Amino acid sequence: MAPQSEVALTAIDIVNDETAKAAEAPTDSPRTLSTKVDRPDAVFRWVARSGGTIVVTVMTLVGLFLLIRGFEAIQAAGPNFIVEQAWDPNSGTFGIAAVFMGTVFIALTAIFFALPLSFGTALYISEYAPQRIKPLLVTTVDLMAAIPSIVYGLWGFFFLSPLVLPLSQWLATYVGPWFPPFSVEGFDPSDPLATPTVFSASTFIAGIVVALMVAPITSSIMREVFQQAPLGEREGALALGATKWGMISSVVLPFGRGGIIGGTMLGLGRSLGETIAVFLIISPVFVIQPRILEKGGNSISALIALRYNEASAFEISALMAAGLALFIVTLIVNFGASTIVARSRSGSLGD
Amino acid sequence: MTDVLNRAEAPTTNEVQDAPAIGPEVTPAKTTWTRDGNEPDAAAPEPRRSTATIRTVDVIRLIGSAMAAVGFTSWLFFFALPLEGALGFVLITYGMFLLLFGILTGFDENRPTVRDRMASVVMHSLAFLLLLALFSVVIYTFGRGLEPLGFINFFTEDMSNAGPLDDLDRGGVLHAVVGTLIMISIALILTIPLGILTAIFLTEYPGRFARFVRTVVEAMTALPSIVAGLFVYAIIVQFGFTRSGFAAACAITVMMLPIVVRSADVVLRLVPSSLKEAARALGASTWRTVWTVTMPTARSGLTTAVILGTARGIGETSPVLLTAGATTFFNFNPFSGPMTSLPLTTFTFVKSPELNFIARGFGTAAVLMVLVVILFLIARAIGGRGPGQLSPRQQRSRSSASRNDDYRFRAKELGIARGTKSSALAPPAPEVPPPAVPPPSAPTDSIDQSTKD
Repeated sequence: MAPQSEVALTAIDIVNDETAKAAEAPTDSPRTLSTKVDRPDAVFRWVARSGGTIVVTVMTLVGLFLLIRGFEAIQAAGPNFIVEQAWDPNSGTFGIAAVFMGTVFIALTAIFFALPLSFGTALYISEYAPQRIKPLLVTTVDLMAAIPSIVYGLWGFFFLSPLVLPLSQWLATYVGPWFPPFSVEGFDPSDPLATPTVFSASTFIAGIVVALMVAPITSSIMREVFQQAPLGEREGALALGATKWGMISSVVLPFGRGGIIGGTMLGLGRSLGETIAVFLIISPVFVIQPRILEKGGNSISALIALRYNEASAFEISALMAAGLALFIVTLIVNFGASTIVARSRSGSLGD
Repeated sequence: MTDVLNRAEAPTTNEVQDAPAIGPEVTPAKTTWTRDGNEPDAAAPEPRRSTATIRTVDVIRLIGSAMAAVGFTSWLFFFALPLEGALGFVLITYGMFLLLFGILTGFDENRPTVRDRMASVVMHSLAFLLLLALFSVVIYTFGRGLEPLGFINFFTEDMSNAGPLDDLDRGGVLHAVVGTLIMISIALILTIPLGILTAIFLTEYPGRFARFVRTVVEAMTALPSIVAGLFVYAIIVQFGFTRSGFAAACAITVMMLPIVVRSADVVLRLVPSSLKEAARALGASTWRTVWTVTMPTARSGLTTAVILGTARGIGETSPVLLTAGATTFFNFNPFSGPMTSLPLTTFTFVKSPELNFIARGFGTAAVLMVLVVILFLIARAIGGRGPGQLSPRQQRSRSSASRNDDYRFRAKELGIARGTKSSALAPPAPEVPPPAVPPPSAPTDSIDQSTKD
């Protein structure tokens, strides 16, 4: 109270004599402000804070333990750990180049499919869907995000793979010759007896399945941001004669840009770490294999799931190191994503 | 909200189409909506404008171009080019359909309108495609899982006496159901207090440390589940434990914790600060405010957060794969011996080449999915309301508590106090403040909610 009136004094200056006199009064000395915390509150504060500390500790331990266990392998391999493609820890030649690139290829394929799907779904739910079925659609998409990944894996392996083979074959035949990622080694389009088995268990199929798994999450984040686009500006655009798409592209999309980028990155983080679906579908190879239509690919998580069981102590250490690499990459991607989404929610990107 | 938009949309698109062609200055007589009211037909009744968002001409264009696309693609497939495959047929048909629809709209409309119609069609079909794919995932799994689900032993036995070549009338997955339930219970015992406590810390004690915790939790929400499993596996290796149900539960906890913290944090932040401030103004301490105001207000949201985390935790395979071991026997002790869970059992079943095992795998997946869907629907039923919104039953109990208080206060004013001990600051009955919504609007709110659900 007292400091405030002093500030007021400097601002108003001599104009107001009476306030000056009041401030000079000897009885009004500055009070010391303090928060009195009684014992239960202090205990509660301590408990709550320790809860937060435990969570952070657990999360730090995840990284720390992987580092400790994987250190031996990283030390033994040296820089080769990053550039070596083969995975044979017991003979000393191993590296994550192949599995890491495989992970990236699968994730990129997944995002290539998931981005338009989730974008369209989010926009449909937030802008086009009839008011009555909107809550139902939101629930459905959220439910799909909760469906276990093993179910997607089963579907991809038994249902989708055979369906995609003709498409892969067509792409390899007509697009492959001038687009290297779609070319397939050992496939001759002019051979009438060529089997489509070279196209099974490919990065492409795994990518599509992972895309379906991440699309609901990505879509749900995008929808939330789209729905926050200010009503006044939407109506302003419509009142100026914009079509619906004009309104969307001039108001909703600029406003939701952060949500689109952040949601996509979050989806990317999820698809980098996906294990079971990839493990079921792909047939593992240990070379960098950028021809996504061809049989064979790999990912870090699939490698761990594949090898952990019959591994020697040193091989386990190598797997831990690979897990650490995956952990760091997903952490960076997720962290970037959540920063972007958080910033877009506060509206600072919505220009 | 969208109602307003939709209504606004029909006339605006008309304007865009008409504006360059007619223009109010050129031929004012033709338009009924100019401002200077000297038109000859001002007295004539204005024709009612249609505010429908679906235009007949668009529907006709859609049907026409769809039929043309199917016809053209059939011709391509069966006569012109050596193409095959159902998926290819659908893709080419769709491409043709878009092209034809664009051309057809372009005959009558200007560029922005064509773009609008095309965008609308593309968005509708993308959403339809995703939903179709998701439904096909569910239906396919159920369809193939139906066969083993018909055998009662599938739900009552474990797999210990079923060999690889046995028919579906031997063996079941009850051991996996038991394992899943034990694991998720332990995980929940660990997750619920820790997760909600952390969320409370984040909302009640904001500061630099809380911000740091929030950042860490957000970055960990999408922690790859295999890394969580690997972490627990590293501990097992480090300290010489064996794989067990408890280890798997710990791995699931590591995975669920950030999810629960994050969604609980979001829910707690939605509690109106006026409620908390009211409690503080009445002299309540922080923990009393949290316990009697914040938590009850956000109860439905917190429950939802926990249940959604549970649904994710139940379905994860990879952490369990690394830490639980796998077994075909019943194991009720989470601390010793391997244990299995539904997703892990599914995984081991479908890796087998035996058709019966694959069928069992689909059956297990169907059981798992039913479990997840039930959890999810419970979460929706509880958590459909925002903080402070009450179900009709809660509404009734609140208002009866409020009536009691009113009666008590009046009795006190009239000097017929029942007990001498009652103090003004801590009335015993109203543990929870009155609902955030004013009483008259509250019932309609809850009715809306129930019809929506």
